Amino acid sequence: MTPFIAFESVYARLLRSHIDTDQIIPARFLKTTSREGLGRHAFADWRYEEGGQLRPDFPLHHPSARGATVLLAGENFGCGSSREHAPWALLEMGFRAVIAPSFGDIFRQNALKNGLLPIAVDAGVHAALADAPPDATVGVDLGVIRLPDGQRAFYPIDPFWKACLAGGIDEIEYVLRQAEAIADFEQGAR
Amino acid sequence: MTQARTLYDRLWDDHLVVERPDEPALVYIDLHLVHEVTSPQAFEGLRRRGLLVRRPNRTVATIDHAIPTHDRSLPIADRVAAGQIEQLKRNCTDFGVPLHGPGSGRQGIVHVIGPELGLTQPGMTVVCGDSHTATHGAFGALAFGIGTSEVEMVLATQCLLQRRSKNQRVEVTGRLRDGVTAKDLILALIARIGVDGGAGTVLEYTGSAVRALDMEARMTVCNMSIEAGARAGMIAPDDTTFQYLHGRPFAPSGRAWDEALERWRTLVTDDGASFDRSVEIDGDAIEPMITFGTNPAQAIAIGGRVPSPTDVPAADREALTKALAYMGIEPARPILGHPVQTVFIGSCTNGRLSDLRAAASVLRGRKVHPGVRTLVVPGSEDVGRAAEAEGLADIFRTAGAEWRAPGCSMCIAMNGDEVRPGETAVSTSNRNFEGRQGRGSRTLLASPLTAAAAAVTGAVADPRTFA
Ligand code: SF4
Repeated sequence: MTPFIAFESVYARLLRSHIDTDQIIPARFLKTTSREGLGRHAFADWRYEEGGQLRPDFPLHHPSARGATVLLAGENFGCGSSREHAPWALLEMGFRAVIAPSFGDIFRQNALKNGLLPIAVDAGVHAALADAPPDATVGVDLGVIRLPDGQRAFYPIDPFWKACLAGGIDEIEYVLRQAEAIADFEQGAR
Repeated sequence: MTQARTLYDRLWDDHLVVERPDEPALVYIDLHLVHEVTSPQAFEGLRRRGLLVRRPNRTVATIDHAIPTHDRSLPIADRVAAGQIEQLKRNCTDFGVPLHGPGSGRQGIVHVIGPELGLTQPGMTVVCGDSHTATHGAFGALAFGIGTSEVEMVLATQCLLQRRSKNQRVEVTGRLRDGVTAKDLILALIARIGVDGGAGTVLEYTGSAVRALDMEARMTVCNMSIEAGARAGMIAPDDTTFQYLHGRPFAPSGRAWDEALERWRTLVTDDGASFDRSVEIDGDAIEPMITFGTNPAQAIAIGGRVPSPTDVPAADREALTKALAYMGIEPARPILGHPVQTVFIGSCTNGRLSDLRAAASVLRGRKVHPGVRTLVVPGSEDVGRAAEAEGLADIFRTAGAEWRAPGCSMCIAMNGDEVRPGETAVSTSNRNFEGRQGRGSRTLLASPLTAAAAAVTGAVADPRTFA
């Protein structure tokens, strides 16, 4: 993984609660054996008409969302299935962070492992972002965001994942280096 | 004296490989279940890194999500699905992972075959690239779903990096009444605590109503722990558990069985262990439940009225309005009598033999309503064989239902089995999200008894009137 670098961006708003992974990437697109090619199917049932035309009223098609690399969503974003296709699809759509009051547990893990930042914020911060004008921007760093009014807001990030993101550390490599401890465990009680 | 521990804490401690301050713990995984949808990119990762599967004998694969449930002698028409299935076969061959594929006599939904083969055992850590892995917690195992990166991690290292979860006790007192099932219990719980009521916690189900459940019913309860946002759900093992496991193909036997039993009997929550949260439910008061909205917490007793947006807190009003509009359901009206065009009986929640027996008890001597397409999909080849042998399949066919080959089928609608757009289905599966059962599908979650009652009536009906 490439090391995380702070950035600033306009943000797209999808202010529904409990957006589940079946909405982020419907199951019929999970028959692939690749990580690529999922972006165009993200939010497929909300984004396209039955015949495949773009739905102009879908919030991510709003002109102000163009070029957004941050998604602002409602609570419990990414609840439901364990499909890692959800963060893969969001990344391929161009998103690098999702800001929401809370996240589905497995989605949060999956997102972190792919460098898509899940940013959990309290109601006040969420409202400040939701109510800001359409062209407002947000600054994103590890553990802190900068709101449109210039205020900084801290968000919780596990120090271990923070170090992994900052250093571009590969978790599997990290665990493989502990092979001896694993072998000892296997030799032990069992 | 060591401190009083919960069952979860005990399993956690037993599987710690490395624990350092400020780092997630390295936790050992005893059983890794694999299916075609969430594994190809993980095997590809192993190849790229030049790694092998560390413990192929602790890894077991099957094919369930994308596989068609009609005539298995025909080639798979969907080329993409066929490619994914072929890829899993190739990966299992290349990496030495045992695969229980179609025709092996053991194929089925991953969460049905693990227990039924005796692979899932008390005290184990069990993972799968699938959120309903919580099912296996019914055996007193710590079982949870993981993403594909973690699948790759477990294939490569047999371990996961994890933070300890919080403990939440769910005590169900009394005893479920006739016509009320494990599915109603878990829907009642989720309606009570909400789709994030379990967030950050592992649920332990306790109490007389839980103890009285057989293993298949316990699996139904644990299966939907994820729908409350919980990391996992579990039930301490007891004689019901041990009797279920005895003699299963991969369960220990002989001396090893006696030793295992001795160990398994210690898998309890100590008296005085503290839980971070607790919820108590009166089992005697639970009614048959059904969902009306687009998340599993939007559920009511079958005789109840659909809530009206004005009944709920302001913050939930818009979500409820949207959900009812999607579902085509009117607020403030009884759900009984709501028209139904499709019935699905199956899935890892309710696709086991006892579920099919329940559905058959309603369909025996009755006919499926002419306007209702009814699919009965056994959870595994083993369940299918048993259902044929005891005449359940004939009951379904005679009633006018379609009796299919095992798989996930209409639970996730990846294999061509879909609810048509705009149609309402009563489904024994676990998710009523928008489009979950096909684009535009409308799902009402309920028990096999309630689903069968809807099949006969062509509308939502109280299963107790069919007893
Ligand atoms: S039956 Fe449904 S919930 Fe269960 S594993 Fe299959 S797709 Fe997932």
